Amino acid sequence: MNPQEKTVSKHNFEECMKCTVCTVYCPVLQVNPRYPGPKQAGPDGERLRLKDPYFFSYALKYCMNCKRCEVACPSGVKVADLIQAARIKYDKSVPPLRDRLLASTDLMGSVARPVSRIVNGVTGLGVTRSVLDATLRIDHRRVFPKYSGRSFEAWLKRRAKEQAAFPEQVAYFHGCYVNYNNPALGKDLVKVLNALGVGVQLLDKEKCCGIAMITNGMSAQATRNAEHNVASLRKAVSERGLKVVTTSSSCSLTLRVEYPNLLGVDNADVRDAVMMATRYIFERLEAGATLRFRPGFHKKVAYHVPCHMERLGWGVFSERLLRMIPGVEFMLLDSACCGIAGTYGFKKENYESAQAVGAPLFEQIRAVDPEVVACDCETCKWQIEMSTGYTVQNPISILAEAIL
Amino acid sequence: MRFDTVIIGGGLAGLVAGISLQQAGHRTAIVSTGQNALHFFSGSFESMDEAPERLKTLFAGAGIRLHYSAGVRLMPLGIFREAALSLEDVSLLPEPCFADKVLILGIPGYLDFFPSFLAEGLEKQGIVCRTSMLNLPESVRESPAEIRSVTLARMFDRNWDRVVQQVRLLLKDEDGVVLPQVFGLEDPSVPERIRQGIPARVVFAGTMPPSVPGIRTQLLLKRRYEVLGGTYLGGDEALEARVEGDSVRSVTTRNLDRHALEADHFVLASGGFFSKGLRSNPFRVWEPVFGLDVAYDEDRNAWYNDNFAEDQPYMNYGVRTDEALHPLVEGRPLRNLYAIGSVLGATRPELGSGGGLAIRTAFHAVDEILEAV
Ligand SMILES: Cc1cc2nc3c(=O)[nH]c(=O)nc-3n(C[C@H](O)[C@H](O)[C@H](O)COP(=O)(O)OP(=O)(O)OC[C@H]3O[C@@H](n4cnc5c(N)ncnc54)[C@H](O)[C@@H]3O)c2cc1C
Ligand code: SF4
Ligand code: SF4
Repeated sequence: MNPQEKTVSKHNFEECMKCTVCTVYCPVLQVNPRYPGPKQAGPDGERLRLKDPYFFSYALKYCMNCKRCEVACPSGVKVADLIQAARIKYDKSVPPLRDRLLASTDLMGSVARPVSRIVNGVTGLGVTRSVLDATLRIDHRRVFPKYSGRSFEAWLKRRAKEQAAFPEQVAYFHGCYVNYNNPALGKDLVKVLNALGVGVQLLDKEKCCGIAMITNGMSAQATRNAEHNVASLRKAVSERGLKVVTTSSSCSLTLRVEYPNLLGVDNADVRDAVMMATRYIFERLEAGATLRFRPGFHKKVAYHVPCHMERLGWGVFSERLLRMIPGVEFMLLDSACCGIAGTYGFKKENYESAQAVGAPLFEQIRAVDPEVVACDCETCKWQIEMSTGYTVQNPISILAEAIL
Repeated sequence: MRFDTVIIGGGLAGLVAGISLQQAGHRTAIVSTGQNALHFFSGSFESMDEAPERLKTLFAGAGIRLHYSAGVRLMPLGIFREAALSLEDVSLLPEPCFADKVLILGIPGYLDFFPSFLAEGLEKQGIVCRTSMLNLPESVRESPAEIRSVTLARMFDRNWDRVVQQVRLLLKDEDGVVLPQVFGLEDPSVPERIRQGIPARVVFAGTMPPSVPGIRTQLLLKRRYEVLGGTYLGGDEALEARVEGDSVRSVTTRNLDRHALEADHFVLASGGFFSKGLRSNPFRVWEPVFGLDVAYDEDRNAWYNDNFAEDQPYMNYGVRTDEALHPLVEGRPLRNLYAIGSVLGATRPELGSGGGLAIRTAFHAVDEILEAV
């Protein structure tokens, strides 16, 4: 037996050789003097925390969980997982009301959606934003996502029969954002998949993937959601034999990576069946399927790879899809974080650093001056639209526009 | 996904190969687990004392300027090494005694730069030294112990003129100034501007990692590669290869799982032990992706030297290749695979070492691939 090959520590923590590479790529470390950075907060801090939990630092809450440190680490240390796991383990404080509200994307959605016109009107008002700022410390400069009047689930349910008629089937984990804020993206996906001869089904019942709960100190609730979702995925994958697609890189990352790594929810039997829709579509096209494109379509697109897409390593699928659309003038933006990181940038104490993190990306977008920015993440979309004024579209929506 | 060439490893060797192939109209992908040895780069390319024209052109295309003149360069701990081909910010000196009096400037709270060691080293050369501190224009960290080169460089990119002002105020009758190499991360022109602004000979001395000039080089090369249409799969790891006969057909990666990367040619630029291009346990040394033949001592005790300051034999281990850099499996070459850079260890001493080896072998593989087409 070879003992060295058997000793694998959780999150590969003892693989760290203290090379400092992760500190180069942490966007928060660059702008927030209070954040100790990935090396200190991750493997270095873990040594101390294992000795005595006293060494847990509340400054770990400044980590956005963007995973850029992990992508950069040459030794395979799961730096961000170490940090989030430490927060789950040692941070016993009750998250403030504001964080709980921001994290409850599905609850907020189901409450706000039926009265969306009022909510959108109210959250758009300067007065409301000042009140939110003063009472909840949600930054008043933040522009709120709009809620849609009708949920995507309701829309697709009414078309269940029509969808079931397609020769092939796929399940769609739409996520809170498509359901409550942007059903149009879900409809775009249905259009593209239908054009490939694939019908779209809902999961038995999906709950919010829980990513915002994890970063907001609500891991117990996130774990309940994870268990529920994995059971639903299992039904779709094992019983119905379906692949499950998503249009959000953060939902994908959470379902595939965060469930087992951070919440200890085993998803081994369904993990490989869950993927970004752009990957699913790319693989079908590569296998010989075809799409008919609209003649005369033209669009100058700058693609921003969201942090979680970088971590998944799947930006290449969205890139390839966009590049293959006739009439798309494609440009890849430099790999950089937009600063929002889910609910992070909504918090008053983070607003300045979120905008500073995103500044180089915003500058590059202005310099490139595209017609639209393409991006697979909903929170990046809010951040980039608010900060640059450029329209941001999911690659799936651009594809839907370009086909007949 | 299909490419003309798939390159495993996105360090100096992989990027030089990738850029050259893209420029020749090839479609390539680079898969790279994590960042690479350029993050520890001194700014000088070992075993090279001139830049071949194609290297100069390639680097210039990426916005990197190189220079060489015979002499020495100053190392972080105050010793001198023979000059090698270098990035423009490395000062190449005709001789160690480069000034009569030198002002060495540290940064408060920055622990990765050692003015006193430098002073000791320079005094041995008969140079009179004075050390002092630069003030930081902005508060960069709440706890000063967390100040790192890159954080400083980002700040100085915006405030380099304040550095010039301060140095001019601090300067008395010195004809030389030594500054830490923490300038010009995003903006490569900063070191030269600082030099221009100070009325004394400015020498930048290396810091503990991460290396600012190295990271700048990495950023610029990677950007150039992507502008040329290359596909950079960062943070992904090549796991295993499908080999048929004496050819590699595809490799699978951790992130793309079943979705294999297919290509006509493959390049292994996965680095040495440090980058996990080579692995070891107490019993053996191996190359993890293709299971290539590795040259190493069977006797474990011969792997290292008890005096750690001495040359360590294990640093020389690397994959075995034939004349054309095709690596061997059980003595037989894989015809469409090339091994380049540090994964070769010191198995091909005639091709140099360090940065020189990475560059020479990258060009060699590129020529072979283009010729095969
Ligand atoms: C600390 C240090 C300092 C150095 N300083 C200098 C210097 O100042 N001057 C000099 O000339 N040389 C220096 N060297 C030597 C240096 O190794 C070479 O100069 C050169 O940078 C090596 O480049 P490379 O591309 O061969 O390998 P690397 O830079 O090591 O890159 C290899 C890359 O491959 C990736 N990789 C490994 N396995 C896989 C896999 N299975 N799948 C995908 N990706 C993989 C790694 O993550 C890494 O990114 C230094 C080396 C070290 C370790
Ligand atoms: S996850 Fe992002 S914010 Fe957190 S330490 Fe890593 S790089 Fe920094
Ligand atoms: S990059 Fe990885 S190995 Fe290097 S210090 Fe960070 S965690 Fe440790």
